[in-house]
Amino acid sequence: MEITLTVNGTEFTRDIEPRLSLTQFLREHLDLTGTHIGCDTSGCGACTVTLNGDAVKSCTILAVQANGSEVTTIEGMAKNGEMHPIQAAFKEEHGLQCGFCTPGMVMVAADILKHNSKPSEEDIRHGLKGNFCRCTGYHNIIKSIQHAAETINK
Amino acid sequence: MIPAKFDYIKASSVNEAVNLLDEHGFDAKILSGGHSLIPAMKLRLNRPEILIDISGISGLNTIEETGSEVIIGANCTHTQIVNSEVIYKNVNILKQAAETVGDVQVRNRGTIGGSLAHADPSADYPAVVLACEAKIEVEGKKGKRTIDAKDFFVGIFTTALEDDELITAVRFPKVAHGNYQKFYQSASRFAVVGVAVVHDGSGVKVGVTGVADTPYRATAVEKAYKNNNDSDAAEHAVDGVEVMEDHFADAEYRTHLAKVMVKRALEA
Ligand SMILES: Cc1cc2nc3c(=O)[nH]c(=O)nc-3n(C[C@H](O)[C@H](O)[C@H](O)COP(=O)(O)OP(=O)(O)OC[C@H]3O[C@@H](n4cnc5c(N)ncnc54)[C@H](O)[C@@H]3O)c2cc1C
Ligand code: FES
Ligand code: FES
Repeated sequence: MEITLTVNGTEFTRDIEPRLSLTQFLREHLDLTGTHIGCDTSGCGACTVTLNGDAVKSCTILAVQANGSEVTTIEGMAKNGEMHPIQAAFKEEHGLQCGFCTPGMVMVAADILKHNSKPSEEDIRHGLKGNFCRCTGYHNIIKSIQHAAETINK
Repeated sequence: MIPAKFDYIKASSVNEAVNLLDEHGFDAKILSGGHSLIPAMKLRLNRPEILIDISGISGLNTIEETGSEVIIGANCTHTQIVNSEVIYKNVNILKQAAETVGDVQVRNRGTIGGSLAHADPSADYPAVVLACEAKIEVEGKKGKRTIDAKDFFVGIFTTALEDDELITAVRFPKVAHGNYQKFYQSASRFAVVGVAVVHDGSGVKVGVTGVADTPYRATAVEKAYKNNNDSDAAEHAVDGVEVMEDHFADAEYRTHLAKVMVKRALEA
């Protein structure tokens, strides 16, 4: 089946099987391997991207369901060689160790900050319920998102 | 994990979806948010040959207010429910429950129609629709009909929907005072026990999910509360109910949780 979607501002048309997940589509058909597969069962959030602006778990979306939509992946966050403020904040606050969960964390953080420009620690923890990190213990991830909020609000 | 092969059709109207269901019978399945169906298909617990995507049908994702009701389209996502001013003001208990569903990403995709049709015994909305005495609007080959919440859930993952029917909307009467209490299964965030209590002029209506294989109205609690107006009525939370057991909670612990959650919801 032929689908057309806009990923990080560029339109792509591909002929795919309906059973292909959006994660596989991004990784295998567009070579955008920044979107990770952790659990592949909607539990860990590593595969989070935004679909028409909302954070979603791309392992639990069929690529055909995204036909006609706009997708942003971690590769689309930096602009003109400059890291997105959320990415810069993760670097600054040591919000990552191995980095496997980080693309998903950054994409869900974008959703949290879109709805709430000054999230409290509790708001952030609530927003991260669907994202697992096996390394950091979350504290620095929360600090990173708070830091990003400050930068963006400046 | 990759699902078995299927054909995908995007329906543009309720009529088209109903005709496709009628034509393909058991081989076809409706796809809404996909957040129950796709995981089941990946595990190959489900192998539909045809998926009928209803997410693009216009008119199924609106929230409307009438004099006495709030009418929620089947395709409204949990996030839409959380953010709706109309629901916040008129059916606050539904917003409370929606906020507890899964996580942000799940709430951005999963829908009220999908959740009700799926009838997971640990899903949150069933408790709320029972306590609110909501009405489920469905449409099939024979036309439209309305199913009372109390008649909708007939067993584990089983509803009163016919094979050719789909949910189009859920009608909630306006509810002034209601409370939803949930004990989370800490990994999946589904309810081990979820309790919805709605106060009306004469007493309470209590819906319970997660405790039995089918969500139920705790009528024994309602009666006891009416007599004494006392939250000790919660002791009757599982009267006449066969309590589920799994590796998260055995029957004794689940019974205890049910009583505690009913009490909290009554006192809230
Ligand atoms: C990680 C995770 C955590 C979750 N946590 C919770 C939780 O805490 N509480 C909770 O209640 N739920 C939870 N869920 C389930 C979630 O709410 C689902 O979105 C919901 O149960 C199904 O809605 P859907 O739109 O995704 O349905 P789909 O997956 O598209 O469909 C589910 C079933 O309903 C049928 N269907 C869909 N729409 C209709 C319709 N309009 N008419 C007739 N049949 C229809 C489909 O054919 C299918 O059989 C969780 C899911 C995930 C992945
Ligand atoms: S890979 Fe999608 S949630 Fe884990
Ligand atoms: S940094 Fe390793 S999983 Fe989060």
